[in-house]
Amino acid sequence: MKEVSDFSVQKIEHYQDNDFMLYVNPINKKLNQGKPGQFVNILVEGSPTTMLRRPISICDVNAETNTLLLYIKQVGDGTRQLAQLKKGDNINIVYPLGNGFTTDNVKNPLLVGGGTGIAPMIYLSKELNKKGIKPHVLLGARTSQALSLKNMFSSIAHLHITTDDGSEGTKGVVINHLIFKEITTFDYIYTCGPNAMMQAVASIAQKNNIPCEVSLENTMACGIGVCLCCVTSTTTGNRCVCTEGPVFLSTELTNFLIN
Amino acid sequence: MADLAVSINGIEFKNPVLTASGTFGYGEEFDDFLDLGHIGGMVLKGTTLHARDGNPYPRMAETAAGMLNAVGLQNKGIDYFITTIYPRIKHYDTHIILNVSGSTIEEYVGVVEKLNDLEKIAAIELNISCPNVKKGGMAFGTSASSAEKVTQEVRKAYRKTLIVKLSPNVTDITEIAKAVEGAGADSVSLINTLLGMAIDAEKQTPILSTVTGGLSGPCVKPIALRMVWQTYKAVKIPIIGLGGIMNAKDAIEFFLAGATAIQIGTANFINPAVAVKVVDGINDYLERHRINSISDIIGMLKV
Ligand SMILES: Cc1cc2nc3c(=O)[nH]c(=O)nc-3n(C[C@H](O)[C@H](O)[C@H](O)COP(=O)(O)OP(=O)(O)OC[C@H]3O[C@@H](n4cnc5c(N)ncnc54)[C@H](O)[C@@H]3O)c2cc1C
Ligand SMILES: Cc1cc2nc3c(=O)[nH]c(=O)nc-3n(C[C@H](O)[C@H](O)[C@H](O)COP(=O)(O)O)c2cc1C
Ligand code: FES
Repeated sequence: MKEVSDFSVQKIEHYQDNDFMLYVNPINKKLNQGKPGQFVNILVEGSPTTMLRRPISICDVNAETNTLLLYIKQVGDGTRQLAQLKKGDNINIVYPLGNGFTTDNVKNPLLVGGGTGIAPMIYLSKELNKKGIKPHVLLGARTSQALSLKNMFSSIAHLHITTDDGSEGTKGVVINHLIFKEITTFDYIYTCGPNAMMQAVASIAQKNNIPCEVSLENTMACGIGVCLCCVTSTTTGNRCVCTEGPVFLSTELTNFLIN
Repeated sequence: MADLAVSINGIEFKNPVLTASGTFGYGEEFDDFLDLGHIGGMVLKGTTLHARDGNPYPRMAETAAGMLNAVGLQNKGIDYFITTIYPRIKHYDTHIILNVSGSTIEEYVGVVEKLNDLEKIAAIELNISCPNVKKGGMAFGTSASSAEKVTQEVRKAYRKTLIVKLSPNVTDITEIAKAVEGAGADSVSLINTLLGMAIDAEKQTPILSTVTGGLSGPCVKPIALRMVWQTYKAVKIPIIGLGGIMNAKDAIEFFLAGATAIQIGTANFINPAVAVKVVDGINDYLERHRINSISDIIGMLKV
């Protein structure tokens, strides 16, 4: 069930790439843990140019401490305002939203994350761990500075890295990584990040007949499937990213299909 | 508890708070957030004779205190509504109004003919003011003669309450309001969205796929209030006011300007439980001002 809840900020960690991690607990409530790939919609207070809520993926949850982790990059007024939050501040959140990744019957998946699309890969890796799978995770970034979250993967995944400038891991974009030479050893691919990256990954997946789930970040107004602003073009017409997504099979999306 | 009930053409609303078309889905999406039995009514998504896939993405741009949308009436068509959606929502303890759209008079008539026998649909809201479709839509609502014509034809085909939703993209809204009143409308609702546009200066491109779109949210409220006030002085039929209502105080302003009921649109996106809060807030206002009934403030602006 979806809910509107007030959360209190427990901690905010600032990293080097105008990015930060927000640790928030629902006030006097048990955290709804949602599932990997789902997102929350945050009300931004104090930014006159930000009226609509801002969608942010669930990065991780800590059931013991009742904490939701949100990894956010400052790109505009809304996210810059969120970066000002301090311990003890309150924020209002509608959650959990969207469908999330499917993890049934997956044996050896590859997870590919880029930019803020790295965030949901943490919760997804942990979910796979519960099924006895330690997944291979490939992270792509511009430079090593933009890999703030990489340490969070150390015990939950086999980690691989590419950076555009070669400051860490393989130099180049994600699909330059050698892991794609052995792509057929994987039975499932999950990807979240910039569209160009996801399209490149999805096209390799489709050539090798490996199912590939992509997580879209279309701009949203309501987040609950009523405004129809967030649609993506699919093989069955325009569909809502906020309710029928954000996760789709790449073969459902017309601009991800290879001919 | 103040008396919040209002009546429009014989339909008794338990309170004057409705939700606006295109911002409330079919109501069921809000089950997790509020009890629909606590609002006066809901106006459902714009429905056309045939299914429409709407405009391409991007369809939305946030602007200062508002947003532009270019959804373009995406819906599965009236037959799908009747067979699949209606049975799912008809149990709700609130009035259900269907927003009807079309590109030709025949299309409007084709839709409303199918609605006469849907018991739970209390009224239709005729959308002659959608700025997001190429053909028809807003064109009907921007001249008094075409607004009159489409209202007349729909009036002949539809037996129950007919609300006509007016476009603010006109020089004189009272002319259109008088024309549809004369053509048999039982009520008018206003305003629909204002035609606007947004530009990405870095990319030097429009943000919306359709270049222009419909503006809504708090930034349109002063215009909406002005139009409700002007229309209130021009027609006798009840007015449903909307445009930028975010809270009970905004709603009260519309009643004072002459609205018998109000609708909440964009505000539902920001707080999905806002409609019930507005109902409570209206009651608080009336109690605080020792006013017994909401009817006592309608049009009571002291000028
Ligand atoms: C389902 C979903 C999950 C997301 N998860 C995360 C996350 O975990 N962490 C995170 O940092 N961000 C995430 N985002 C993106 C985040 O919502 C936007 O960055 C944020 O809304 C920008 O708000 P702003 O006010 O700071 O910037 P704005 O002023 O709104 O925008 C600044 C610039 O960014 C562009 N922009 C804004 N939103 C988007 C978008 N959705 N797609 C492409 N360009 C956009 C604008 O066009 C503009 O150029 C997610 C988005 C979605 C839809
Ligand atoms: C995303 C969106 C979709 C809309 N769809 C419709 C529609 O289908 N039919 C209609 O008559 N009005 C539609 N509207 C207009 C609203 O019902 C309302 O008239 C307008 O948004 C002004 O009210 P507000 O400022 O409270 O949102 C839509 C508005 C938005 C924001
Ligand atoms: S954001 Fe409103 S329908 Fe998806």
